[in-house]
Amino acid sequence: MIGRSVDRLEDDDLLRANTRFVGSLAFEDMLHMHVVRSPYAHARLKTVIVDKAAMAPGVIAVWVGNDIRDLSPIGFRRVPDRDLLQYRQRLMALEELRYVGEPVAIVLATDPYLAEDAGRLVAIDAEILPPVLDCEPRPDSRSEPLLRGRNEIARIEKGYGDIEAAFAAADHKISISCQIARQTAVPLETRGAIAVPHAHAAGFDLYGAAKVPHANRQELAKILSLDIDSVVLREGHAGGGFGVRGELYPEDVLVAFAALRLGRPVKWIEDRSEHFLAINHSRDQMIHLDAAVSEGGVIAGLHARLATDQGAYLRTHEIKVSDLSCAFLPGPYRIPAYRATATVHLTNKTPCGTYRAPGRFEATFAMERMIDAIAAALALDPVEVRRRNLISAAEMPFERKIEATGKRVVYDSGDYRQTLETAIEAFDLPELRRAAEERRREGECVGIGVAMFVEKTDTALHETVRLELASDGKIEIVTGTSSLGQGMETALTQIAADGLGLPMDAFRLVRGQTDRIAQSGGTFASRTTLMAGSAIHEASRIFRQKLIEVSAALYGVTTGEVTVHGEGCCIDGRSLNLLQLRAALDTAAPDTQLVAEADFSSGAMACPYGVHIAQVKVDPDDLSVMVEKYHIAYEIGRAVNPDLVRAQLLGGAVQGIGGALMEEISFSADGQPLTISFAHYVTPRTVDVPAFDILVLEDWPSPTNPLGLKGAGEGGINAAGAAVAAAVEDAFGATIAPRRLPITPKSLFDLLARTDSAHTRASWPARQGSATEWDSHFRNAADDTSSFCRGINPAR
Amino acid sequence: MEDTELHTVSFKLNGHVQVLQVAPRRSLTHVLDQECGMKSARVGCGQGDCGSCTVSVDGVPIRGCLLFAVQADGADIRTAEALADPAMLAAIRKAFKKHRAIQCGYCTPGFMILAEYILRNALPLDQAVQTLSANLCRCTGYSPIVSAVTELLALRAENGCGP
Ligand code: FES
Ligand code: FES
Repeated sequence: MIGRSVDRLEDDDLLRANTRFVGSLAFEDMLHMHVVRSPYAHARLKTVIVDKAAMAPGVIAVWVGNDIRDLSPIGFRRVPDRDLLQYRQRLMALEELRYVGEPVAIVLATDPYLAEDAGRLVAIDAEILPPVLDCEPRPDSRSEPLLRGRNEIARIEKGYGDIEAAFAAADHKISISCQIARQTAVPLETRGAIAVPHAHAAGFDLYGAAKVPHANRQELAKILSLDIDSVVLREGHAGGGFGVRGELYPEDVLVAFAALRLGRPVKWIEDRSEHFLAINHSRDQMIHLDAAVSEGGVIAGLHARLATDQGAYLRTHEIKVSDLSCAFLPGPYRIPAYRATATVHLTNKTPCGTYRAPGRFEATFAMERMIDAIAAALALDPVEVRRRNLISAAEMPFERKIEATGKRVVYDSGDYRQTLETAIEAFDLPELRRAAEERRREGECVGIGVAMFVEKTDTALHETVRLELASDGKIEIVTGTSSLGQGMETALTQIAADGLGLPMDAFRLVRGQTDRIAQSGGTFASRTTLMAGSAIHEASRIFRQKLIEVSAALYGVTTGEVTVHGEGCCIDGRSLNLLQLRAALDTAAPDTQLVAEADFSSGAMACPYGVHIAQVKVDPDDLSVMVEKYHIAYEIGRAVNPDLVRAQLLGGAVQGIGGALMEEISFSADGQPLTISFAHYVTPRTVDVPAFDILVLEDWPSPTNPLGLKGAGEGGINAAGAAVAAAVEDAFGATIAPRRLPITPKSLFDLLARTDSAHTRASWPARQGSATEWDSHFRNAADDTSSFCRGINPAR
Repeated sequence: MEDTELHTVSFKLNGHVQVLQVAPRRSLTHVLDQECGMKSARVGCGQGDCGSCTVSVDGVPIRGCLLFAVQADGADIRTAEALADPAMLAAIRKAFKKHRAIQCGYCTPGFMILAEYILRNALPLDQAVQTLSANLCRCTGYSPIVSAVTELLALRAENGCGP
């Protein structure tokens, strides 16, 4: 079963709308919650006047921050530094409003429309304060000349090797500055939650759960001072996740609080504008790189300085994204000496968290732009520069000598050079380049970009699963991991079917119900198939053994006379399906449970990797960029269902193309969000999609787990920004170097305008974002923080 | 602004006449979902941008979130649960499944309504792609959806009319 592109088990229900999306669920006597949010980016909150709202039709209760003072803020899942706990977000604002969209009050009413009506009657009395809207890097020549400011709350340092020596001995020092705009995942379904209080005891069921139900159960129980078993999270269907959905947000705690207080089910469904204000944002990093490079293009040392605009508070992911950027910036390259400093800054914007390939989309963009800058500076082929710097197969497993969120970074297996050559040959890169060049000669603006990357499949937490023969004769696969559309039910059932040698329809997958299984790490960082899959693999071995033992005992034969096959087992020549076996057990030994539980943990992360090749065409009139073709070669170790892997890569790449060309969340000068609908936040549509060629490679199984698996979720998006930017650069014959995402027509126009003026101003560096330009901006802006910020962003 | 004043609306939903009392400000999507139990009626934005709410009204795909239910009085409404032609519905389901055009499935009913319209009107492929561009999907990267519809159109052409 493993390795076959079987049809998805999920699809029949989805095609028939036989679904449990939280929006369509309803319970008797249910109330509806509306959240009143801060209209100010920054203000001192004096009072919230709720009298009118409380008397509005249908309203049952109105609560403000003061009413729930004693409830603690949502914690971190990992505490990197106790000092950071002070920056957690309260469930509702108390004294200060720090971003537009911050919850200020909740209205509970008998109808969602009435709740919203009443919300309009809540008056917020506040004294408006000036907002902080950027990382405020202020020059401080004494120590760290860049990216330092008063709103810095954390600093991450990583590195290895003798970086000073590398720079002292280098033939060339090449510097670039990159920026990735604020973006977010925008799953098509907004968030939603329904808390249903338990009838006879303190506690509740929470519907609408996703991603990390077990972690959220624990945190909810802690905040609401409940026994952990009295909090039950229930996952139904979820309309996409991508990192943002399923984190624990203030609204999840607020519905539970209200349901407990009022003793009635409470439902909250986020609207799309709220979603843009309230859900985790991501990206929003500036990355400055200095590389010490030999004449031949070999990097001897890399110095990275990053600044992350974290938004107003630290949420569940604390400063993790910046940490991941630092840890994965060196990518597939050897780089003997490396130093990274990341600073994390609080601003009056929506708080940030993880979004598909968090920290890596950003890091890969910067690193790959650096490789291309080296190639341009030394007049080398960008592919050749990659070849000269790649870690070799002989160095695997490769110890990076740094940690990512407290875990050692070790690349488990692979041959990066081999994969690069495979991609070049399979996609015929020389021909792609030749054809593009020819079209350029004919006046078209067409280019090819290549990018490489290393992903990580998280194995930090362990994972428990249980196989259990249910009363209807199905074997239930019980897992706490989560279905967000990726097809995990299918992939995990394939692994179970493979392990037991039974058909897939012998199984039923139960997921995301915290009362059905004691533990789960959840679904993030592409971990589900690897972690839950490995546990299922082990559980099916145990289950098989038990099945044989129980059957043998039932029929008084030796275990040697029982085999598992067909629809169940064969006992002494007689075939018995699982339903018959269950019935026989129920009669003869009703207490016998056929259950196998297994727990999988792995000390090391699995590292899938790959190559992206983009072909773009720029419209000479409106400077819009169209991705014409997109190629991905991805080493996944072992593909449980190759079609599902391809689907992940394709969907991820299109999301990445959005990030490369379209998506940006922006704010006005007074901190008002300007991106509050899909009309402002432009994502790809059918007409934006290129032709795809995707190669799923299984040459290097991961040694970190018994099936050799690596994750599939993030390899499609990881290098998309880098590949598209490189292709745009190539389309303009390398006269510009886009180093800011997204590459919008406006940003291209500005880049080109600068290039034009470069021809008339001798002092202006010809290549945008070069070291000289950075330094000159830095000097000019030495006493002007805001213009310095613009200096960091060469594309603006 | 309250919902005290209810209006009688009647429309045909998937072939069956419905008579409902609704407040004037309720959207068609809200009423189809909450009152009629159509789980395919889904809001992705409520602002007319995403097409998750697409239903067929008098044979044309429309944004259910932008229509008040009272405006649908007398209309013939079809949702993805029960398209007019059962054979076409089966063919669409089959093609979507085969081409991996579904991931989370939230957008799927909307795209099925568009696919039905494209097939019924035998749109040429470029127009079909433009039509599919009306709706957003954040999971699949669209090309599986386009492949499914391309195949359905080819099948339709082969069979003369209707897949
Ligand atoms: S919900 Fe109607 S267009 Fe988005
Ligand atoms: S399948 Fe998830 S939005 Fe389309």
